[in-house]
Amino acid sequence: MADIVLEQLVKEYPGGVRAVDGLDVTIEDGEFFALLGPSGCGKTTLLRSIAGLETVSGGSIRIGGRDVTRLAPGARDIAMVFQDYALFPHMTVRDNIAYPLKIKKVGKQERAEKAEETAEGLSLGGLLERRPGQLSGGQQQRAALARAVACHPQVFLFDEPLSNLDARLRLEARTFLKRLQRDLGVTTVFVTHDQAEALAMSDRMAVMEAGRIRQIGTPREVFQRPASTFVAGFIGSTPMNLLDATIDRDTVRVAGTSVPLPESARAHVRDGEEVVYAARPEYMTFSTEAADAGIEGTVAIIENMGVGSLVSLEVGATIVQVTVPEGQEPPIGSRGWAVAAPQRVLVYRRDDGELVGSERAPALAEA
Amino acid sequence: MSPKELVGRVGLYVLISLITVFMALPVLWLLFAPFDASPTLSTSLPDWTGRNFGELLRNPDALPSIGISLVHALGTMALVTSFGALAAYALSRVKIPGRDGLLYALLLLSSIITGTAAMVPIFTLMTQIGLVDTQLGVVLVLTGGMLPTAIFILKDFMDGIPRSYEESARVFGASPLQILRDVVLPVVRPGLATIAVWTVVQVWGNFLTPFILLRQAERPAAVVVYTFYTEGGQADLGLISAFSLLYSIPVVAMYVFVNRRYGFRFHGGIKR
Repeated sequence: MADIVLEQLVKEYPGGVRAVDGLDVTIEDGEFFALLGPSGCGKTTLLRSIAGLETVSGGSIRIGGRDVTRLAPGARDIAMVFQDYALFPHMTVRDNIAYPLKIKKVGKQERAEKAEETAEGLSLGGLLERRPGQLSGGQQQRAALARAVACHPQVFLFDEPLSNLDARLRLEARTFLKRLQRDLGVTTVFVTHDQAEALAMSDRMAVMEAGRIRQIGTPREVFQRPASTFVAGFIGSTPMNLLDATIDRDTVRVAGTSVPLPESARAHVRDGEEVVYAARPEYMTFSTEAADAGIEGTVAIIENMGVGSLVSLEVGATIVQVTVPEGQEPPIGSRGWAVAAPQRVLVYRRDDGELVGSERAPALAEA
Repeated sequence: MSPKELVGRVGLYVLISLITVFMALPVLWLLFAPFDASPTLSTSLPDWTGRNFGELLRNPDALPSIGISLVHALGTMALVTSFGALAAYALSRVKIPGRDGLLYALLLLSSIITGTAAMVPIFTLMTQIGLVDTQLGVVLVLTGGMLPTAIFILKDFMDGIPRSYEESARVFGASPLQILRDVVLPVVRPGLATIAVWTVVQVWGNFLTPFILLRQAERPAAVVVYTFYTEGGQADLGLISAFSLLYSIPVVAMYVFVNRRYGFRFHGGIKR
């Protein structure tokens, strides 16, 4: 068991591209930590740097207090599960699971027992003599996990562990992976581009963009108070409403409507400042009658989301999205008002996209 | 079926049969002539006899020459597959500027400047380093001639191995040699088998290189077969046919064995 401390970590490729740009992160012992970001943001490079598959250009990596920055991957006491699982196609599942132990010069008898025991724990019992090619996607994933688990590392690194599974299986694997991590209590870092996956599985997550970390926090913190418009736009299964607005004394002018300025931002903005007004569709309510501080628009599109629907209101040239409960969808072309829950509204600076008023609102800190 | 179609169908089969017979004749000659008491260049059912094989056994050059051919073929195969695998692995994994150009140049040069054109300089070279008239010299020259193609084909197989296999093994602490032995080589086994068979077949049938490089030393089968003449200067067809049959058996046997064991695949060594 070990924590991972990254200090001023830099990975610069020849040609000057900085895939990882001066990161300071501490991942606590036993934590399930997600690295989230769009493709090309450096999250996989960061994971591979922790693994030692990339040589870092600067900074240090410590695992369990030991400086591993210059150590070979094999000396870092880690196990990695690759996106394609990297099961050796010519070996049986048993040999695959036992291979790391073979490298570590564990005796043949002990190796076989260990492989069997681990496979049993991951319900691969009857598949030990099969080749990876004869396994289903889910079984391959569990075999790859078993191989990682069997060598009892201090740290697990998962590179997009679920992206090769089909949608249905992915949800099951999510629960399974989370339980496995909890049972083993091994510090785990996983990379994903799927915000839902990061929110669902991680204890804490880091949202990355262009080699830098834009926000670190629990899934709840990141979901409720994204630190920038980038994070706000990236997190959430429906895109957050990010509307250009202007501060007007104690109110915000959004799409021709005056709405209250959130408490948390009040002390940090000037009158007349240009800002971005942000509210999640889930945190807004739809009303067919004129509502106080409601943004009025025409219902343009309705997307069914199962339990509810996402309504797009056209307000001049801007679009405001709001969720409505099942069965309450308004007719297309009708007028409607979208009202944001005041304590859920956030204000971002227009110039750098940073959140205004970084202290947490009292109501949210409890949540 | 209309009469017209019937005639067409019959005509087609007759044509196919004629072509088949034409192709089969030399093979039948190879099977029948060795057992014929007085073989000619035409194929005919033999009046069975084992005399030709008796004569073959008495010939002082015949059987040893098969042994020499085996030494050449297996020696070259061992060198080409092992050097080829190492070079192909390195070329597949290490980025050198102009790598692909180098590979194409090697391949092109080795196939354009084949044995014949390069024979004089090679002979001079071998004489100067004292390897002329040695079996080792022949094996080395043959290896050199075949390595570029072997590397080119094997690199293609190596390129087909996902990097994650090796990275996975590296994370578990495997050394490069362990990775090569435990992961890379087993995965490209069909490629190695292809190269091995190809090398053996090439060497087995190669006449020019051993003919020129070996003066007093024992010669392989492909060269020896040209020495089977009667006292009268006529080609000794009995001896030649019996020898040819013997000469072809190892290659056919190897093909059957390898095909059954590994199967032949030429592109992308890996099925996932």
